[in-house]
Amino acid sequence: MNQNPTSQTSYESDNYVTINIGPSHPSMHGTLRIITMTDGETIVKAEPDIGYLHRGVEKLGESLTYHQFIPITDRLNYCSAIPNNVSYEMAVEKLMGVEVPEKAQLIRVIMMELARIADHQVCIGILGVDLGAFTPFFYLIIQREEIYEIFEWFNGARLTNTFGRIGGVDADLPDDFEERWEELKPNVRKANDETEKLLTHNRIWMDRTIGISAFSAEDALNRGFTGPCLRACGVKRDLRIDEPYCMYDKFKFEVPVGKNGDVFDRYIVRMIEMEESLKIIDQAYKLYKEMPSDAPLMARVPKVIKPPAGEVYSALESPNGELGFFVKSNGSANPYRIRIRPPCYMMFQALPELVKGEMVADLIACISSLNIIAGELDR
Amino acid sequence: MDDWLIAIIKVVCIWVWVLLIAVVMTWVERRGAGLIQDRPGPNRAGPWGLFQPLADGIKLFTKEEIIPTKARKILYILGPLLFSLPAFSAYAVVPFGDKIILGGKEIILQVSDVNIGFLFILAIGSMGVYGVILGGWGSTNKYSILGGLRSTAQMVSYEVPLGLALLAIVFVYGTFSLRDISLAQQGTFLGFLPNWGIFKQPLGFILFIVAAYAEANRVPFDLPEAESEIVSGYHTEYGSMRLGLYLFGEYVNLVTISGVIVALYFGSWHMPYIDLGAYLGPISWGIVSFCIFFLKVSFFLWMFVWVRWTLPRFRYDQVMGLGWRGLIPLALFNIFITALFIQLTV
Repeated sequence: MNQNPTSQTSYESDNYVTINIGPSHPSMHGTLRIITMTDGETIVKAEPDIGYLHRGVEKLGESLTYHQFIPITDRLNYCSAIPNNVSYEMAVEKLMGVEVPEKAQLIRVIMMELARIADHQVCIGILGVDLGAFTPFFYLIIQREEIYEIFEWFNGARLTNTFGRIGGVDADLPDDFEERWEELKPNVRKANDETEKLLTHNRIWMDRTIGISAFSAEDALNRGFTGPCLRACGVKRDLRIDEPYCMYDKFKFEVPVGKNGDVFDRYIVRMIEMEESLKIIDQAYKLYKEMPSDAPLMARVPKVIKPPAGEVYSALESPNGELGFFVKSNGSANPYRIRIRPPCYMMFQALPELVKGEMVADLIACISSLNIIAGELDR
Repeated sequence: MDDWLIAIIKVVCIWVWVLLIAVVMTWVERRGAGLIQDRPGPNRAGPWGLFQPLADGIKLFTKEEIIPTKARKILYILGPLLFSLPAFSAYAVVPFGDKIILGGKEIILQVSDVNIGFLFILAIGSMGVYGVILGGWGSTNKYSILGGLRSTAQMVSYEVPLGLALLAIVFVYGTFSLRDISLAQQGTFLGFLPNWGIFKQPLGFILFIVAAYAEANRVPFDLPEAESEIVSGYHTEYGSMRLGLYLFGEYVNLVTISGVIVALYFGSWHMPYIDLGAYLGPISWGIVSFCIFFLKVSFFLWMFVWVRWTLPRFRYDQVMGLGWRGLIPLALFNIFITALFIQLTV
């Protein structure tokens, strides 16, 4: 049918129909593109095509100073900018051998966990929307809005937070954080409860998610899965516990683990993680309150960051999984090379295996549950 | 001559009425969504946003009409017409009240009391599927074709349980006419239960309502237009008023279905336990019966909105499975039980 010589002829067949999903499609979060070959509604072959949101983020870093790159990292996973900022800052700090003051670390933990909740809320909400359940999305997004209010009132930005500086954080938590937090906490729990009531034991929801795009632990590890999607497969790996950073070893929290690695497990793991994040923030804030009010927020770092020549890889557990920054310095004020390891890049690679033999509707559920963020994927 | 005049007045009135409800329904749907989802919903155009449907209508009418270059032109144009015309005509046999006596002339509140009543609704309702198929096929878009394909399978499959559920109603009331069935639902049986279809056919009612949701392409059966999967399904390539006809026809369908549910299962214009007709004058009873009927219809219209914003969507094969493995055997069982009961008691 298609006479265009550049079209992928291997997809054309008498029995199968090629359906091009994306890059502009209501449920292709951002600008993803998947070329699927379908037999009726069943997917015979699905091939992701990435790069529609490529902005050359890594290359940009080479012509910016170390501090100037922080706002760029906001644009990776735009659902939760703060872990991106912190991950990058941690990499540069590691390169410089700087020890961040404890108070700054606690503020980072509080903000990162808030961002984790916000990210999971969006992910679950969108998963619901993609499966036709609109209402939970609104319950969750209203609470995410409240979290964004806290961000906004912390440093003036809602989405692109540009949080912290290399060597610490630029500002202390505002005085009435506790009030706001105590107000927010029950509301987040309530929204989660309402979502659970609408979805978790809903027969249609169970039919749509249980056993869909299931992945074994071995395959997931081979494919480089990290984060909630790996834990849903039954592997208890969480950088916050396995390779603690930012004083995470001082907090008590559970790492939820799934069994089948299907859409339902990913959803449940995220639901539980939100609850655990609430607990972490409580503990972190308690430690924070014990700190003297004039404790330093910044390590002693020079005005112009010039790390010694060398290279470093540093990763943290972002809401989506392991988010790593590789930074190479040649001793000048600009990084020599920056390389980002986004969690969803590896998971998107596994998509053809995940959706093979499933139906078109399951493909959408699978992408949503993996939480593929185009900004992070294409960079 | 008088009869003709009355018939024409009734046709015009009911047409305008159904149109009006459908228009208001688009507003109720969105405000209802707002209510359920903790947000205001459209509230800018007019008081409580009541003029929103008007604004949408103006927008749809003034949009440029585009026919995609590769579309099969005749089918593409025919699609929305074939969808909306049956939607409008199906209400003809559904009553909207008891009767009114004007100048010694008895006027029944129903456009036409055909003795094949809901066979007409089934037949006309099935016509609607052509609009969806032709629209999907004529668009020459893979998403549209998928949407058309889904709706074909779904609407054809769910017509079977729908028809079987109705058959059981025929067993009970011994007639196809919706007016006769409505009349038969007066009073009580077993001493305390209202003589309504739902109490005589509880299983049949559940089957009917599930199948009716599927027929109307509403959540959880809105696969033909599942926007997260196939963009907008069969009306992906449509714009301006052609799209409007599709969207609008859907709401008209809802009105018809709600009317049928009320007429068959919820006692039509009867109040439970009280026969208001005996106390009221012929004209006021006509108006009151219309109001009662309309209130019941409004409840079912609201239920469509309620369900839509509560449930997720089925998958294509799950819908088919539910239809063929769940509803049809149950409907046959229902018929069997009903027949057995009637055989033993009458």
